[in-house]
Amino acid sequence: MRLAFFGGIYNNYLALDFAIRDAKQRGVDAIYCLGDMGAFGPHPDRVFPLLHEHNVHCIQGNYDNSIGNELNDCQCGYTDPRDNYFAEISYAYTLQNTSPENRTFLKNLPTEIRFDFGEHRVLLCHGSPRRMNEFLWQSTCSTHFLETLADEHEADIILATHTGIKWHRKLSEGRHFVNVGVLGRPENDGTALVWYTLLEQASSADGPVLEFIPVEYDYRRLAAEMASENLPDEFIQTVHSGWWTTCLEVLPGKERAAGKF
Amino acid sequence: MTHAADTPGVSLHHLDQLWFQVAGTLCNLTCDHCFISCSPQNDSFGFLSLEQVRKRLQESVALGVKEYYFTGGEPFLNREMVEILEETLQYGPATVLTNGTVLKDEWLNRLRAAANASLFSLEFRVSVDGFSPETNDPIRGAGTFDRAMRGVVRLVDHGFLPIITAARTWADTEETAVVNQFVDTLKKAGYSRPRLKILPTLQLGAEENRTHGYREDERVTAEMLQDFDVDHLICSHSRIVTDRGVYVCPILIEADDARLGESLDDSLDDFKLAHGACFTCYQYGAICSNSSHQLTQPPERAS
Ligand code: SF4
Ligand code: SF4
Ligand SMILES: [Fe+2]
Repeated sequence: MRLAFFGGIYNNYLALDFAIRDAKQRGVDAIYCLGDMGAFGPHPDRVFPLLHEHNVHCIQGNYDNSIGNELNDCQCGYTDPRDNYFAEISYAYTLQNTSPENRTFLKNLPTEIRFDFGEHRVLLCHGSPRRMNEFLWQSTCSTHFLETLADEHEADIILATHTGIKWHRKLSEGRHFVNVGVLGRPENDGTALVWYTLLEQASSADGPVLEFIPVEYDYRRLAAEMASENLPDEFIQTVHSGWWTTCLEVLPGKERAAGKF
Repeated sequence: MTHAADTPGVSLHHLDQLWFQVAGTLCNLTCDHCFISCSPQNDSFGFLSLEQVRKRLQESVALGVKEYYFTGGEPFLNREMVEILEETLQYGPATVLTNGTVLKDEWLNRLRAAANASLFSLEFRVSVDGFSPETNDPIRGAGTFDRAMRGVVRLVDHGFLPIITAARTWADTEETAVVNQFVDTLKKAGYSRPRLKILPTLQLGAEENRTHGYREDERVTAEMLQDFDVDHLICSHSRIVTDRGVYVCPILIEADDARLGESLDDSLDDFKLAHGACFTCYQYGAICSNSSHQLTQPPERAS
């Protein structure tokens, strides 16, 4: 049994297409998307046919909740005026370019998915099991905090996204917390790569095996399409360089220091 | 303390943030707006020892505390502060609120090494109140602007990205100009990617004399909480450890009814929002979290 997980597509249908094909080549049994289909990139409506065609199981992110319900903002909760300025540009663009049919699809997505994976109870959520838009960063979550999340939400493997940077923590009793990363935007590490996650039932007694898979999609084409859609240069820079230029204020010290800006 | 009949209570949803009043009410400065009137002489709360902190850190594991905050007074007046942070970083993320004026290279070298060795972030929040001595010093004391800026630069030199925290002592209409000047000043001082956080002032302690206290009608009522997300209130996800026991939140340690017990386990009960300061929390949300840490969404107002 082999499963693929990703989140944060942010309109990057090129990375989505690449990741789905890559996962299928690796013989996955099912593919899950943890939400935030829109934001940042070009042509929102190109994401949905891929999700449907490949039977990707989706849950709702804060962005999907906002677009689906036509709210005034993306509910990312930025507090910095510059971050908000850019968030508003991509939100207005995404809302305007998402068809009514796709908005309805987003509106009706479940906020979590649970299933059993061998002996393990799996819980998929967007931000955290307790709040759709909670940021769980590697450097701001104590291990005992994650243990109580697993206890309180009765899960052995919790998978989330929302922050934009992947990470994994092993917990007691063979449990795991995983941030599966995002397909939409590189993760502030100076490379153009984006990432998805594979989970596999191991033959040994070691429990499930987790692997982060790089996605080498055609980022130059994405950047060119963003330019022709008049999306901000700051976003296009990030696609090329891999360094975040916006949404920086939400980063904790460790993650911020690892980036360039 | 007696409560009006409709004073609502807030329950602790999960102990996300554990605070330590690690320097008590002792501070080398005597700021006009200090909401707990700290000073070199105010020892109504004393230092916490490493041993006292350790006990609560150990207790915090079973409660699933997410992150740890240190405040005072001035935390770095506590002789054990470096050891306390080194130990905390083995448990989880640590944030220390400092006025930046007493930091020493020797301490920062050790803390740099501890932060590098830890999975978790070590954050410094440095308080200043203006972008120049002219705006800052009348509030925080003569010479404090230059001293705090030297502290900021010292932190930056050690690879930290301090969050500069300013209480809003200017008119809302001046905000953009004030912030831009702030950023300029910091960049000129050598901090190339400054992080800023602006807090509302609280009408308590010395601040009560500077402007005014809370009016009788500035209180939280049950009706106000009806469509309000109480996650915005610190007391729904925090407690603070002092040398006199565990209190409900960092803002109210001078209120008698805010002391909940000796240990964390004793201090998990609901709390009645009977204080004027609760009204500010209600209006402005989780003012004591790092912007990067808070459960986000701007607070919803009743009106
Ligand atoms: S505001 Fe901070 S620096 Fe100023 S007196 Fe109070 S504790 Fe000290
Ligand atoms: S001052 Fe704020 S955090 Fe403290 S008890 Fe009142 S509402 Fe809660
Ligand atoms: Fe999200």
